[in-house]
Amino acid sequence: MIRVSIEGVGLCGPGLDGWAASLPVLSGMAEHVPTPVRVPPSALLPPNERRRAVQTVQLTLAVGAEAFAAAGRDAGETATIFTSSGGDGETIHEILSVLASSNRELSPTRFHNSVHNTPAGYWGIATESRAPSSSLCCHDDSFAAGLLEATAQATTERRAVALIAYDVQYPSPLSAVRPIGASFAVALVLAPVPTAAAIAGVAMTLRPKSDAASVVVGPTLEALRGTTPAARSLPLLAALARRTTASVTLDYLGDLELALDVTPPAGVAASVGRSEPVAG
Amino acid sequence: MSDIGREPDMPPLALRDFTVVTSLGAGRAATAAALREGCSGLRPCTFDAVPFASYVGEIAGLDAAPLEGHVAGFDCRNHRLAALALGQDGFADSVAAARERYGAERIGVFLGTSTSGLLQTELAYRRRDAQTGALPADFDYARTHNSYSLARFVRAALHLAGPAFVVSTACAATAKVFGSAARMIAAGLCDAAVVGGADTLCATTLYGFHSLGVMSDEPCRPFDVERRGISIGEAAGFVLLERPADRAGEDTVLLLGVGESTDAYHMSSPHPDGVGARLAMERALEAAGLRAADIDYINLHGTATPIGDAAEDRAVADVFGARTPCSSTKGFAGHALGASGVVEAAFCALGILHGFMPGSPHTRTVDPGFRSGYVREGGPARVDRVLSNSFGFGGANCTVALGRGS
Repeated sequence: MIRVSIEGVGLCGPGLDGWAASLPVLSGMAEHVPTPVRVPPSALLPPNERRRAVQTVQLTLAVGAEAFAAAGRDAGETATIFTSSGGDGETIHEILSVLASSNRELSPTRFHNSVHNTPAGYWGIATESRAPSSSLCCHDDSFAAGLLEATAQATTERRAVALIAYDVQYPSPLSAVRPIGASFAVALVLAPVPTAAAIAGVAMTLRPKSDAASVVVGPTLEALRGTTPAARSLPLLAALARRTTASVTLDYLGDLELALDVTPPAGVAASVGRSEPVAG
Repeated sequence: MSDIGREPDMPPLALRDFTVVTSLGAGRAATAAALREGCSGLRPCTFDAVPFASYVGEIAGLDAAPLEGHVAGFDCRNHRLAALALGQDGFADSVAAARERYGAERIGVFLGTSTSGLLQTELAYRRRDAQTGALPADFDYARTHNSYSLARFVRAALHLAGPAFVVSTACAATAKVFGSAARMIAAGLCDAAVVGGADTLCATTLYGFHSLGVMSDEPCRPFDVERRGISIGEAAGFVLLERPADRAGEDTVLLLGVGESTDAYHMSSPHPDGVGARLAMERALEAAGLRAADIDYINLHGTATPIGDAAEDRAVADVFGARTPCSSTKGFAGHALGASGVVEAAFCALGILHGFMPGSPHTRTVDPGFRSGYVREGGPARVDRVLSNSFGFGGANCTVALGRGS
């Protein structure tokens, strides 16, 4: 079992405009209305870079900045794990379209933006961070894989690690073979031991598949979870929002699962939201 | 960097087995022979009829080797290359034995790739429906294009059931997976791990590096005063990592440490002072509990771009001066992009096991402005502890420290 502490959350998705604004919806006290995704402009990039930045970069900078502000940690000193089920489909589509045409000259900027670690690269530049950073892909299970790598790093290297999971929709024709429900990004700042900033403790076990994956309350949120790999984080986010003890199960690779026991930090009364587990 | 030796931050792991395939040849014996003899697998590029002059390290026979059986659905050039590597040097047998020892669910699969099966999507885009624009029905996104498909394929091919994912940090990917595996084993999430990966030729990288103006029109000449850019090579390599026996013998190669850093400078250009490269090397030494003077050889990233080689030379000279022999092996088989980390770790492991230091084919005159101890001619040498550098787009840097058991 691996134990980590969560110090800060950032969130951006349809009808989920930041972590603080999403608490009523995630704790079941307000109805979720899946309004179009609004990515707040990032103060981390200069205005000209902000306009040119691809959507994956805008999304990850926004949720990362929100999570670090909540955690009160220096992003420039903190290791990061980025994870996405497929990265930037728009850039790949543009490149593939050019390569399938008679004039196969690529844009150099588009080419260097095509790598899976583009958001990590811009994050490093924007936060002036020389800390270790990795970028993972695990198809539909990319959030679980990122959580595994981030928690393993936090506990074995005794350091804070930020996990940033994101997905964006693919354009046609890729969208037909890889439909993604919506653009979605979540950031979690994790620490190996609880600090004053802790909002929850998580005890994680990797084990053979035995339970059904946790669901999230509400048809539109559950639809988002089912269609967007990064939104598989929603049952965990709902548990954090309720500030109660909860058990969350995440599917992993078909034959495995991550079992998460979420507990509020000591001294926090479980007076917000209900006390039963988020889902079975 | 302190000059005082210290305890390693990372418990060493043993390379229980490893295998590698590049344009130098398939398997450890062919690779070691080519490295000792100074051969090069780089040839004029005829792949996909690219209209500009370049050299590549292409692997013959992949077009005629489709995947069959329970992994047939994964068929694409990248997985054919991965399958070629898994099927040689008895590697799959070593994994099967580990499966017996630990159980399939206790062996992780942490692989790296830059372009995965992207070539398959390039080909599919040429066959889009003229009316609807749809991709052909036989295109399998999840099992060829998606970056994770490589680990999913290897996990299926080796009948493993432990944790898995793909790291895709451009040209540092298969170096970083050594760090991921070490953390997963240290955290108790698995007992052993298959690490490594594969990258194959595709139009995206050939035209992409051409658009950046860094494709050499001759075989790449790392650290040469007249270096003109990179040559791309396709390659695959896999390593089985596990905790070492109490007394790892002289014929065991150990993973001693991994150092990771980010440049925080530019998406496709390294920091000119080599700041990130230096940090990666220093962190690898720290993780391994080694001093600079303990290192016998450094396998450089050395892709033969004017800026990249200069930045790395500066970083190496700042940490090691001119006293530590170093070379880039990109002149042998080209730049394997995401696979370069595991390929060059395998080259280093062969150097430790067989007692040689690889040289630098095609490099004629080392840049007189450089200060590191660059070795143009390889040769027999006792090599006990090495570093291998891998640096990628996005300022992703990783240094792997390997050493001999004692």
